[in-house]
Amino acid sequence: MSVDQSDITKVALLARLKIDEADVPQYVENLSNILGLVEQMSEVDTDNVVPMAHPLDAAQRLRADEVTEVDQRERFQALAPQIESGLYLVPKVIE
Amino acid sequence: MTAMHTKTIAQLSAALHSGEVSSVELTTLFLERIKQHNPALNCFITMTEAQALAAAAAADQRLKAGDAAPLTGVPIAHKDIFCTAGVKTTCASKMLDNFIAPYESTCTAKFVEAGAVMLGKTNMDEFAMGSSNETSYYGAVKNPWDLERVPGGSSGGSVSAVAARLAPAATGTDTGGSIRQPAALCGLTGLKPTYGRVSRFGMIAFASSLDQAGPITYSAEDAALLMNVMAGFDERDSTSVDCEVPDYSANLDNSIEGLKIGLPKEYFDDGLDDRVARVIDAAVKEYEALGAVVKEISLPNTALAVPTYYVVAPAECSTNLSRFDGVRFGHRCDDPQDLFDLYTRSRGEGFGAEVKRRIMVGTYVLSAGYYDAYYLKAQKIRRLISDDFRAAFETVDVIMGPTAPTTAFKLGEKADDPVTMYLSDIYTISVNMAGLPAASIPAGFADGLPVGLQLIGNYFDESRLLNVAHKYQQATDWHLQVPAAFK
Repeated sequence: MSVDQSDITKVALLARLKIDEADVPQYVENLSNILGLVEQMSEVDTDNVVPMAHPLDAAQRLRADEVTEVDQRERFQALAPQIESGLYLVPKVIE
Repeated sequence: MTAMHTKTIAQLSAALHSGEVSSVELTTLFLERIKQHNPALNCFITMTEAQALAAAAAADQRLKAGDAAPLTGVPIAHKDIFCTAGVKTTCASKMLDNFIAPYESTCTAKFVEAGAVMLGKTNMDEFAMGSSNETSYYGAVKNPWDLERVPGGSSGGSVSAVAARLAPAATGTDTGGSIRQPAALCGLTGLKPTYGRVSRFGMIAFASSLDQAGPITYSAEDAALLMNVMAGFDERDSTSVDCEVPDYSANLDNSIEGLKIGLPKEYFDDGLDDRVARVIDAAVKEYEALGAVVKEISLPNTALAVPTYYVVAPAECSTNLSRFDGVRFGHRCDDPQDLFDLYTRSRGEGFGAEVKRRIMVGTYVLSAGYYDAYYLKAQKIRRLISDDFRAAFETVDVIMGPTAPTTAFKLGEKADDPVTMYLSDIYTISVNMAGLPAASIPAGFADGLPVGLQLIGNYFDESRLLNVAHKYQQATDWHLQVPAAFK
């Protein structure tokens, strides 16, 4: 399985990663090699195998619907690059 | 204070409890050693000197008051993947270079509660993605046995620090071998517990279905002391397993007469360096001398572990790392033109090359139309790998083999070729795929470089692994060797 430059551009868009134009050929090579390694999987017959999502096949644990966390907005927002009046600031989305 | 820096945790704990040494004295000694040697090794990202000395003074009070636990006053280093409240927590990424964790991980909180003293945060591969500690934003870490070689990864800073006796123990995390492979390459004991045994709360996520924290120490006896603190159910980790935690120190001295050891023939194939193979053979003979019974077994799907891992781990990493958006915390680009530009440039600038590569692979395999062919297929093969182990444990108690196919390689040797680098984890990855516990213990040297013996146990059988490791360490002294420059 190999990928081409347009695949890299598309995946970078999906992943929200800015990739320099000059680095695209390197990504083509690396991803093609990695997917080549991964390709070995296709040789295995897995028709009747149940997928394993958790090593111990544990199911999601449920808890009572109770408030357990306290509001720490100021503390967490102290880490934010840009805030104002308790809001996270981003470039204008809607005109 | 003679050679306190080369003592095990068990010895340091005894010295602290008897009053032979104070925690402030010990902490000062290790802080001085870090200052002296870190410039050459680059194993610490952050030193927490003031905090360490305050914690040491408090530990000394506890020791005087007779209110001390085994690790009270013992200095320890934490991998910089654990959130430590009020302390910079970077995961060795530019993305988190400015991140002061607002809360404490469960794992490190348990060490605080036990009275252990944090010396600092250790270097690692960026977001734990790497096998050589060369992907860190803060630069490569050096192997104390040979400064031109890698310490292994991703817990490279932790092993380098412990091997150089800059800390008597450290925490690490293991997603595909990140505790065991570096422990092997630096001549230390490292344990990856059963998935779900140690809480992942506050441990920055890489691949959530594989990540597990564990101890890096000189001896199995020390690993047991750390496990007694780290292990246990945590309701804040949805994959934490609620089952009884044994006293890991209790069974260390059990006889291993009649222990059934399985050697997977797939772990002794052409890819294994002959010099490493000879050391492993000698270690297995030592076990036979100790009364164990050895037989060959087969784990037929071993070769599929690396390909499967490079679907599961990148898929989960691309999902986990989507939280880094330049909005709530972490790196943000200058002057974003619009929201798309904010996301893409913040992430493009904040992540390093290997992290971006894995996000790209993960995004590709999860993209529309590919899920069944990649992620679902990988989950099915994961079951086959796991079933191999289940079948093996029907007939043997412990599985043994090499931890890594070679000794520590040269810095830069594999840095340009991701696939070659990935194959250095060939013997460790299947354990994570199955969720089993496994340890690496020092088994000797090949051309002056340490070789690790891997011990794989059944689910929640960490006690037995530590027992089996301890018996070997009673009969040998590979685990007590110190690199010449750091004695």
